[in-house]
Formats: sequence, C-alpha cells, structure tokens
Amino acid sequence: MTDMTLTNSGPGVFRRIWDLMGRRPELFTLALVILTVIGVAIANPDFLAVNNLFDILRASVVRGIFAMGVLAVLAAGGIDVSFTAIAAFVMYALTMLVTNVFPGMPIWVILPLAAAGGAAFGVVNGLLVHALRTPSLIVTIGTQYFIRSFLLTFIGTALFMNIPAAMDGFGKASLITWHGTNGVISTLPATVLVLVATAFATWFILERTLMGRAIFAAGGTPGIAERLGFNLFYVRLFVFGWAGLLAGVAGIVHVASNRLANPFDLAGMELEIIAAVVLGGAKITGGSGTVVGTLLGVVLITLVSNVLVFIGIPSTLQLAIIGAFILLAGTIFALRNRA
Amino acid sequence: MPRADRQTVFLALINVIVLVTGALLAGANFIDSYNLQIMAAQVPELGLLALGVTLAMISGNGGIDLSGIALANLSGIVSFLVVRALVVPGDDPLLFSWTFAGVAIAVGLVGGLLNGIVIAFAGLTPLIATLGTQLLFTGVAVWLTNGSALSLGYIPPLDSFGNLPVLGVPLCFTLFVVVAALIAYILRYTPFGVKLMLLGSNAKAAHYGGIPARRMIVITYTICGILASIAGVVIASRNLSVKWDYGSSYVLIAILIAVLGGVKPEGGYGKVLCVLLAATALQILSSLFNFLGISNFFRDLAWGVLLLALLASARVNFSIWLPSRQ
Repeated sequence: MTDMTLTNSGPGVFRRIWDLMGRRPELFTLALVILTVIGVAIANPDFLAVNNLFDILRASVVRGIFAMGVLAVLAAGGIDVSFTAIAAFVMYALTMLVTNVFPGMPIWVILPLAAAGGAAFGVVNGLLVHALRTPSLIVTIGTQYFIRSFLLTFIGTALFMNIPAAMDGFGKASLITWHGTNGVISTLPATVLVLVATAFATWFILERTLMGRAIFAAGGTPGIAERLGFNLFYVRLFVFGWAGLLAGVAGIVHVASNRLANPFDLAGMELEIIAAVVLGGAKITGGSGTVVGTLLGVVLITLVSNVLVFIGIPSTLQLAIIGAFILLAGTIFALRNRA
Repeated sequence: MPRADRQTVFLALINVIVLVTGALLAGANFIDSYNLQIMAAQVPELGLLALGVTLAMISGNGGIDLSGIALANLSGIVSFLVVRALVVPGDDPLLFSWTFAGVAIAVGLVGGLLNGIVIAFAGLTPLIATLGTQLLFTGVAVWLTNGSALSLGYIPPLDSFGNLPVLGVPLCFTLFVVVAALIAYILRYTPFGVKLMLLGSNAKAAHYGGIPARRMIVITYTICGILASIAGVVIASRNLSVKWDYGSSYVLIAILIAVLGGVKPEGGYGKVLCVLLAATALQILSSLFNFLGISNFFRDLAWGVLLLALLASARVNFSIWLPSRQ
C-alpha cells in the first residue's frame, strides 16, 4: 500500500520496502490501519475526536484479549475455534454462581476464578489435540459444539439482566473521563487495563521465556523442535491452556462491559478474531507472530466493524471487507515468504 | 482393500441400527415410506457440502473447505437476483428453473475457482483462504439482500425438484446419488482421481512424479464450489427462499460427515460411498431426535461428542480384538 506512492523514486526503494515488510509484516497491518483512518477522516472529519478513539479502544478490549490467546496457539502451529464457547460458558456459569451463591464476591476473586475455569477447558483442548493427533481445527470444532451446547442444554438459556455488583462496578470504572465540546461525555473504561496486562504477559511469554522459544520452535518445524529437546506435549497444553485462560477473562470483561450475561453471546466471533491475528502477520502454519502486529490486526477489524458507517459504506458490507482484507493480507504475506 | 470394505459394512450397519432403534423408540411410522422420503429429501444439502469437504481433505496440505455453505447461499441469492431480471417465473416456470440452476452453478464455479487460485497460486493455506472467502461470500450475500430472506415464490418445477418423489425417491436425492457416483468414478477410475490421492498422501513424491499440483488443486476446489452451488439450488428449491445465513451450523456438520465417512483430514484417503452412508446415518439420527422431541441444543452436543469419539476411535487399535487374517 505505502509502496504505491514511493515507486517513482526507483525500484531500489520498492525493493527495500518489500524486504522491510518481509521482516516486519506488522508494518503492512499498520499501513492498512493508517490508510483506513485517513480515508475515514477525509470523508468525515468529525471522526478524529477523543470519544471515537475511546469507543474504538473499548470495542477492542474483548477482541484483543481473545486475540492474545489465539496468537499463542497460532504461533505454536495450532488453531483454536472453541475459545468463544469457553468464554460464554465461563461468563455465564460464573455469573450464575456469583449471583445465586456468593453475591458479595469481589472482582479480584471473580477474575482469577474465570481464568482458572477457562484454563481448565483449554488444557482439555490441548490434551485432546495431542492425544487424538488430529488437526486442532477439527478437534476444537468438536469441543466448541460440546461446550456451547452443554451450556445451553444443562446450564441455562435465560439472560442475566442484573449482574453481580462487583462485575457491574468493574465495567463502570473509568480511567479517563472526557467532556466533549458539545456536552458529550465519554470515558475510557478500566477494562482496557486488562487488555494491557494480557498483552504484556503474552509478549513476555513469547519473547522472554523458554516456553516462548519452544512455542515458536514447535510452530516452525515440530520434528526439529522435538529433536532439540522441546516437549511438544507441554507446549500444546500450555498454548491451549493460555487461550482458554484468556477466554475466561475476556468472558467476564464482556459481561462487565455489557452489564448483561447472555449465553448466546460471543458465538461466531471466533473467525473474526482469527482473522485479526492473521491480519497482524501471524502465519496460520505457525512459527511467527507478534503481539504488536496482533493488536494492530484487532484495531483494524474494530475499525472495519465500527467506523466504516462513518463514511457511508453500508454496514452490510462489513463481512465482505474483512474477508477481502484476509485474502489480501494472506496473499501478500504468502508471496513475501516465497520470495 | 479389506479395511475399507469393513468400514463400508460398518457404516451400513450403523444406518440399519439407527433405523431399527428409531422404529423401536418412535413407533413404526418412523420407517414408513413417507418419513423415509422426508429424510431422503433432507440429505442432499449436507451430503453435497460433505462431498466438497471430502475432496478438499483428500487433496492434502491441510485441505479443507469452510466456504461451502456460504457459497451455496451466495449462488442461490445471485442466481435469483439475475434470473428474476431476465425471466418472469409466472410466464415460463421451466425456463426459469433451468436458468436459475445454470446461473447458480456458474456462480459456484467462479467461487470455487477463486478458492483454488488463492490456495494454489497465492499460496494461502486452505484454512485461511476458505475462511477469507467464507467471510467474503457471506458478506456479499448480506450486502445484496440487506440481510433479509428473498422469497422465490411458488415455482412448480423447482418445488417438485426439491420435494416431489419419483418412483418413491425424492428427485433431489436421486440427483445427489448421481453426483456422488460421478465423484466416486472420478476418484477411483480416472487419472485425475489417482493423481489426487497421490498428491494428498505425499505432495513431495507427487511433485517428483510430475503431477501438476497447482492445476490439480485449482480443479479440486472448483469442483468443491460447483458441489456447493448444487447444494444451493437444492436449498432454494426445498425452501423456495434464499437467505445469507441459512444452515450456519453446516460447516461443522459437513466436516463431521466427512470424518465419520473415514476421510483422512491429513489427506490422501477418502471413499465417497462411506461419506454417503455417513450422511444418511446422521440424517436418520437427526430425524430420530426430532421425533423424540429432543432439543436442538442437545443434538449439537451429540454431534460434538460424536466427532470427538470418532477421532478417538481412529487412535485405538481394534484389530487385536479381531481374528487374525493370516
């Protein structure tokens, strides 16, 4: 995208930008984000307001937390489509438990409980993927169906309109309150901190620990990783467990921000999260991916979902645009790898 | 191939067992000709999509087609919008029906070709490519219809294709069996089928054996697209309406049928007859759940358990329990 404007300064520049994008695929994502923002801002200057920035951040939180888990799984060469079902299960069951049994439970107990519950589901995913020796897509499609329909058959289908006070307070807490010129009040919710914490933790695991090395090695070439002494079984347990853990946390954040626990929520979101991670430069075949790129991918998906209406693009085209972005980014990343 | 034969017998037995269980649990009218016809008319939609997934899986390299149902719905929608402008259904319903089917299959061909080109030439993995095209096809379908269902109205030839039994067998089921037989013939007896099996079981050997991998992949996914669009025609004729989110759980069930039919997700092996038997078994089971008034949520639970159990059973070696074949 950026190279279009620079090609007239000679093929050398084009080559260098192409090589740079080869090393840093997230730059391509950044370019797409910037182009989208510029496009929207030109068509509708009102877009560049603090409250829109806050809205986009707010809408990115749940997606972003999910995406960090998916990034770890993709980097290890797997794929997980069951995380939204895990999140729905954990958020609904936990809201039910807290409302009916422990109405006074504080948020600093609820969040770790959600994380533990999600991690338990994730570890089962990891066990199944390892034991069944089947592509993780097919295994997690199975567990997705199992978890979601177990929730709807045996736990409940009714909405929780009155969520526990602790969750409600957590969702309402704000970091910054902005008073716009025309009386608009917008807030940056404290839930953004959860995204920041999970992004940092994921970055730390992937880039600064031995497990991170093992994840990338297992995603690159599993056979060689095994000969180097990495235990693929632990890697699979860890990445699926991490995805489950973050899914549990994301579920609670979702309930807190919507002030509503709906067991039908989050279904079908898994594909757009995977799309965000792939747009962020992670290879679906594993062995690559960065936290920054993934966050940019999430912002891009949020931009497409939330702000294209600003410039008169009908919201019915959203899915088609996300699909086209995936094919475009996937093609460019794939051609880059071949070169 | 004794193993494969045993599998066919096993799946046929499952069909019989589920039918008998159904008759015992739900009464004799579960297996009367009327109910059997209803069940048979429901098989083709999923069966055709499962055949597409089967072909994609056989081609190897993580082959899968997630875009099937999206393309089926899109071809129904595009075809109806185009044909509606050309032919007035009331004037010549037969011409309308044939044009509708023709345009739908053309859309399926283009969609499948897009999948094939993106996978073979742009080098995307089938998973990401068909995920992208799934969103793209669904998105275009939403955009064209503004998210609402389009009613075709009552068109006699189309309606009888979807619902009328001829010689006791619903027409769309006959078509499904013919298409399945054609695919089986291609896989078993043509050079293309033999090469596809080789490509799926060992891509490197296939490359050194001079098999044009890219062309094979493009053709395979194009056939998947055509199968999806035939499913789209069946859906339109059975419901006399088209909608972008029809059959949203079909992605999973099509994969389930393929795996139940013994297709190897890692490529290189798959038998059409087994996939066909798997599709009928699932349909009978699903109808039985309906008869017994079991909730849809529980049915989905059963599909999930069934898929995982099948994958697990493939990892357990039963042959030690069977008499030795020497």
